[in-house]
Amino acid sequence: MPLLSVRNLKTRFATDRGTVRAVDGVSFDLEEGEVLGLVGESGSGKSVTALSIMRLVPEPPGQVTADAMTLDGTDLLALSEAEAREIRGARMAMIFQDPMRSLNPVLTIGRQLTEVLRRHQKLGGAAARRRAVELLETVGIPMPEKRLRAYPHQFSGGMRQRVMIAIALSCNPRLLIADEATTALDVTIQAQIIDLVKRLTRERGTSVIWISHDLGVVAGLCDRVNVMYAGAIVEAGPIRELFHRPSHGYTLGLMGSTPRVDGQGPTKGARRLTPIEGMPPNLIDPIPLCPFLPRCRVSVAACRARPPAPRQFGAGHWASCFADLAPRSAP
Amino acid sequence: MSGLLEVEDLDVHYGLPGAAGTVKAVDGVSLSVERGRTLGLVGESGCGKSTTGYAILQLVRPSAGRVLFDGTDLCRLDKRSLRRMRRKLQIIFQDSHASLNPRMPIGDLVGEALDIHGLFPGAARAGRIRELLDMVGLAGHLMERYPHELSGGQAQRVAICRALAVEPELIVCDEPVSALDVSIQAQIVNLLQNLQVRLGLAYIFISHDLSVVRHVSDDIAVMYLGKIVELAGKDEIYDNPAHPYTQSLLSAVPVPDPDIESQRQRIILKGDLPDPAHPPSGCRFRTRCPVAIAECAAVDPMQVPLAPGHWAKCIRLAEEA
Repeated sequence: MPLLSVRNLKTRFATDRGTVRAVDGVSFDLEEGEVLGLVGESGSGKSVTALSIMRLVPEPPGQVTADAMTLDGTDLLALSEAEAREIRGARMAMIFQDPMRSLNPVLTIGRQLTEVLRRHQKLGGAAARRRAVELLETVGIPMPEKRLRAYPHQFSGGMRQRVMIAIALSCNPRLLIADEATTALDVTIQAQIIDLVKRLTRERGTSVIWISHDLGVVAGLCDRVNVMYAGAIVEAGPIRELFHRPSHGYTLGLMGSTPRVDGQGPTKGARRLTPIEGMPPNLIDPIPLCPFLPRCRVSVAACRARPPAPRQFGAGHWASCFADLAPRSAP
Repeated sequence: MSGLLEVEDLDVHYGLPGAAGTVKAVDGVSLSVERGRTLGLVGESGCGKSTTGYAILQLVRPSAGRVLFDGTDLCRLDKRSLRRMRRKLQIIFQDSHASLNPRMPIGDLVGEALDIHGLFPGAARAGRIRELLDMVGLAGHLMERYPHELSGGQAQRVAICRALAVEPELIVCDEPVSALDVSIQAQIVNLLQNLQVRLGLAYIFISHDLSVVRHVSDDIAVMYLGKIVELAGKDEIYDNPAHPYTQSLLSAVPVPDPDIESQRQRIILKGDLPDPAHPPSGCRFRTRCPVAIAECAAVDPMQVPLAPGHWAKCIRLAEEA
């Protein structure tokens, strides 16, 4: 049985202009110890999917429905607010892009770390402190006893993200969701943080959902990837399959518009990138056909006749796309 | 051949209150850019790449050094002559929404640039604005719109349009695509490249994204704590990085290919950037450098020439040579 199972997740927001379908029928499984990437552009529904799983979408104006959404057998949608609080931090945890906004600026790091331990693991003051020191040590913060007394502003961006990871992993959650957790960091610091997350989650067998717009980060970290566009998963597959045989027009477009530091890949030797023209659709109006159709470079006649159904391309690899791309992009 | 822009020993130093020292945000930077070419300026937050760009435009006044634009030292110009000169040197920023007055419609935002320099007055103005919008791929009807009605990509196009309005020769692009989604990023990168070919523009392209910089630049300078540590042509620097900082920086950039990623040897740097008010003695990178030796603390490294147009500042390279 998968650790996390999501079936037909729909998250909507009521606005003055109409209902925004931020997530529109997302289904996927996450196995024990697996690292799943969630890629896509701003507004594609990556973060809202994560917040829906974490039960962090405010209702109203949000409205979260699903045929099923279970973590380790627990029906996440059936939880009361109080029950959801018991699970958050203990069995599933999340880290965000900007740790400064997740940390309380007027409380010491020690206080914020021990708070979680006291609440979920019912540790006493001294025991929680000892554990907090250990945790800071685990995430590579030098002089942990001293740093427990420091405030968030006294840490660098990379160090703050380490603190967030320490807090998130403090109760050994089964699921860690990282939402653009390294996007605001410099590349050398990003490499440190990815290294750390890889090591810690592997040691503990934690399942990870890694949300990123950076295909490179996902390629180096994840076992599988879901590509999202306009609130839906348009392609999903094992990491090698997806990168070597992108089978959706959008995935192909993403790869063609991303220059690579090694000068290789689809953009090799190109004097100009192949951008995805236009902009993503607004999610208020109904989208009867493929949502990517107006921007797609590889559309075929069928795309203009009916919405695409998922097509299987290999074990666990599917895409909702009518175009036959795989032979063209095979290595 | 001397370039359009020649920067010599540029310093931007900020005195801190009390005895807290001096932050040498830019320290002895020399570089040059030729017409129609792009110099990429890369490095991490706080390395001084943006300050270098601002100091070239005299948006912050350099503490020392010369900025020769077409032979004129911008550092010696008074306010009025500098203002006239700015027509030739423009800048675009990362967050274009923040650089556009929210209360002005797009047409006026572009027109303002013309008015300041007395270009296309009277009846010619509206036509020129339309022509400029067209040049950056914006439809004429957007003239009546306000910045908040634009997407990030459109706002960046307006910022580019304002810069182009005064017919500059050099544009400092300060992280121009960093806030944009990849698909939009590619649109703006292509636009900048096409405009360069069409108008013969020189760019200083400041970015932390080494993949984009490789794609757009002819030459690349790598900065660390206020100094350029290595400079070379783009393929040379990516194929034969010499400075240990450049090497670790390049090794840290993820590549969207799982097979390559699983084989890669990353040089993971220890720790964070040192406090810029109290930089390490000798080579500033030595506290995080994987190959530092005792001498690195004593000597401020000089340029070591490695190939035509390629040098790096590292005493370990001088040993080998």
